[in-house]
Amino acid sequence: MTRRIIGPFNRVEGDLEVTLDIESGRVAAAYVNSPMYRGFEQILQGKHPLDALVYVPRICGICSVAQSAASAQALAQAMGLQAPQNGRLAANLTLAAENLADHLSHFYLFFMPDFARDGYADRLWFAAAQARFKAVTGTAAAEVLPVRAKFMNVMGYLAGKWPHTLSLQPGGSARALEEAEKLRLKILLTEFRVFLERILFGDSLQAVAALDSEAALWAWMESRSHRADFAHFLSIARDLELQQMGRATDRFMSYGAYSDGETALFQSGLWADGKLQVLDVSAIREDVTSSWMAGDNALAPDEGETLPQPDKQGAYSWCKAPRLSGQVVETGALARQMVAGHPLVRDMVAHHGGSVLARVVARMLELALVIPAMENWLKQIQPGAPFCVQAHELEEGRGVGLIEAARGGLGHWLDVRGGNIHNYQIIAPTTWNFSPRDAAGEPGALEQALVGLVADEGRNTAPLAVQHVVRSFDPCMVCTVH
Amino acid sequence: MSEVSRNAPHPNPLPPAGEGTNAEGLNLLWLQSGGCGGCTLSLLNADCRNLFDTFKGLGINVLWHPTLSEQSADEARAIIDSCASGATRLDILCLEGAVLKGPFGSGGFHKTTGNDSMMSLIESLCKVARHTVAVGSCAAFGGVTAGGSNPTDACGLQYDDDSQGGLLGEDYRAAGGLPVLNIAGCPIHPHWVVETLASLAAGELREEHLDVFRRPRIYADHLVHHGCTRNEFYEFKASAHKPSDLGCLMENMGCKGTQVHADCNIRLWNGEGSCLRGGYACIACTEPGFEEPGHAFGVTPKIAGIPIGLPTDMPKAWFVALAALSKSATPKRVKENAVADHQVITPVSKRTRLK
Repeated sequence: MTRRIIGPFNRVEGDLEVTLDIESGRVAAAYVNSPMYRGFEQILQGKHPLDALVYVPRICGICSVAQSAASAQALAQAMGLQAPQNGRLAANLTLAAENLADHLSHFYLFFMPDFARDGYADRLWFAAAQARFKAVTGTAAAEVLPVRAKFMNVMGYLAGKWPHTLSLQPGGSARALEEAEKLRLKILLTEFRVFLERILFGDSLQAVAALDSEAALWAWMESRSHRADFAHFLSIARDLELQQMGRATDRFMSYGAYSDGETALFQSGLWADGKLQVLDVSAIREDVTSSWMAGDNALAPDEGETLPQPDKQGAYSWCKAPRLSGQVVETGALARQMVAGHPLVRDMVAHHGGSVLARVVARMLELALVIPAMENWLKQIQPGAPFCVQAHELEEGRGVGLIEAARGGLGHWLDVRGGNIHNYQIIAPTTWNFSPRDAAGEPGALEQALVGLVADEGRNTAPLAVQHVVRSFDPCMVCTVH
Repeated sequence: MSEVSRNAPHPNPLPPAGEGTNAEGLNLLWLQSGGCGGCTLSLLNADCRNLFDTFKGLGINVLWHPTLSEQSADEARAIIDSCASGATRLDILCLEGAVLKGPFGSGGFHKTTGNDSMMSLIESLCKVARHTVAVGSCAAFGGVTAGGSNPTDACGLQYDDDSQGGLLGEDYRAAGGLPVLNIAGCPIHPHWVVETLASLAAGELREEHLDVFRRPRIYADHLVHHGCTRNEFYEFKASAHKPSDLGCLMENMGCKGTQVHADCNIRLWNGEGSCLRGGYACIACTEPGFEEPGHAFGVTPKIAGIPIGLPTDMPKAWFVALAALSKSATPKRVKENAVADHQVITPVSKRTRLK
């Protein structure tokens, strides 16, 4: 057996290192290390409750709005506030814009460049993949960066700026929209839709959203021009059998996304043992056996603590190990669409379990599903009606904010005493997916997904299959250990 | 620092930093440590044809960037090590995120492959870099990462909060002769970075182009207040009372825009945005120590009803006198709109030719 340490892992948000034990050319065991600790939960202690809205977005530059939204929700619950309809719609639009921009960045900037690496030089599709998707020099990156930047102009209207807005408040949105701004937002959404339909999909969003089985997906691919980037990816994926790569636990969790106050666009739940179940958030515990954190018992997040212990024996990551009823779960776009019941991802998982392909397909589906929802929310906004209600001073109280960020379920647990934050615990999506081993020795989702992959020991660089699996989760390491 | 004119040249100007551009281009290495990566994500919002072509056109060769480059793991480490050893010329080192010195000065809160601390890797690269650039308030001063009890002992490259020192010490100069350039902001505006790098690449950036906190004066010579769309409310001291109100955010909502150095309301963010236009206060994110203001961010600290933080260059007596006068003269339209989230009274249209 040989041991290899792969890091610094780039084209992920933040710092990541993966240790692989390799036997007979395959990964026998994987250990995922989040090598940076900043201590936001410690920084937040003693602060004025509303100050959390300044600090938490700065946990993460890529899911900054998701952090704000979770915090605003926790504060609203603690204060007993309900945002007016306009405020809720604006908050949904802001979060959706971030999530979709993240999906876009992940596909073009983080994930696809790996197929343009020299390790694939013998593949028939290599020259085309290299011309289109090569990092920095490919035509796709050059085309997508300005499209992404233009799309993010929706944040100029909805949130003042991105990242790190303070528009999202427990009482709603601090940014009331005028009629003219609604029109400008509509035009920006339309331009983005045109890009997706023409360049990414080569088909209407409706047609992509309607794909209902893996067979239909492959048939659709055959019918598309390979100049459309998603079809281009699918042709590569089929050759490399990415549907067979990167299976984790097949237990999928979603907090539910984009609520209108009563129902959510994507419902919450747990998909386990091949069926949909009610998600019991009170069954979440954070295990720190393999984390450089003090403490013996796995604690519920509303009673949780985060105290670094850098010299702890047997630990190998700053990341804690959250577990649901003691079990490892996966979160992200794939989990969200499994729980929401999209027939295409349900069918793919029924055939192969979770995979690199299914994770990417779920993100692409969300681009097709959420843009029409955004157009609809925008239409419902009524300039002149209120966007925000006044928050009040909070002496004592608890609140929980459960949000779906691009990368999956994000939870904030707030405890206010004597007018200040007494405790604030955060479990980010990648904390779930990239968690280390727990007290029972069970590896986290990525650690399981890496086992069995071909890892050519002779090569100096990180095995490409390992890179595909790692990036298929779209990890956000700055969130993981905040 | 409030008594020092921030426009004055540095007391000990150093010789200019090398002439002209290098025909091969300037090699840029970008590293991240104790931060959120938000400055990179903000940089990607740059309004240009595409960032890669812009850098190339400016003569900047990006050796490696953690978010954008192809090379991972060993290949990435080889590029970094080649810079540190001097085998590859390092013209511009950009650090995003604070330096994490803890625990106990070991740098162990951020280790990189091979068990080195990121702190020691940054230090060795700073020794060979021709220019060293702190991207964002964390890398410049410590920023939010140094907030609260500063659990990771975070600091900036050459500042610790508003004191010189930081990781590299007061006397540090990069090989090109300049101290660390502090492109402060949380996050940075993309064009602050692109323009600073353009100026470096052209060999035009001198110490006199930096303000008292070594922020590029291209943006730090302005106040956030300049260009604020709430200006009519400011003039009449017609103030907002809750988030989403249209009124001035200075009197009640914690806004420091009249004191803070940055051009956020002149060049705007994400198209047509800014914090004030987004409905919330300027929290002074380009200033050292903004993360610990000593009061709740959303509430203006006052003594006897007068905000402690008065507009820059404004004598207190005049401010008080003018505020009282303008409050007494506030038009009904301005007064009522200030506490609404949309114009409840629109400006009167005059029917005659305007003079």
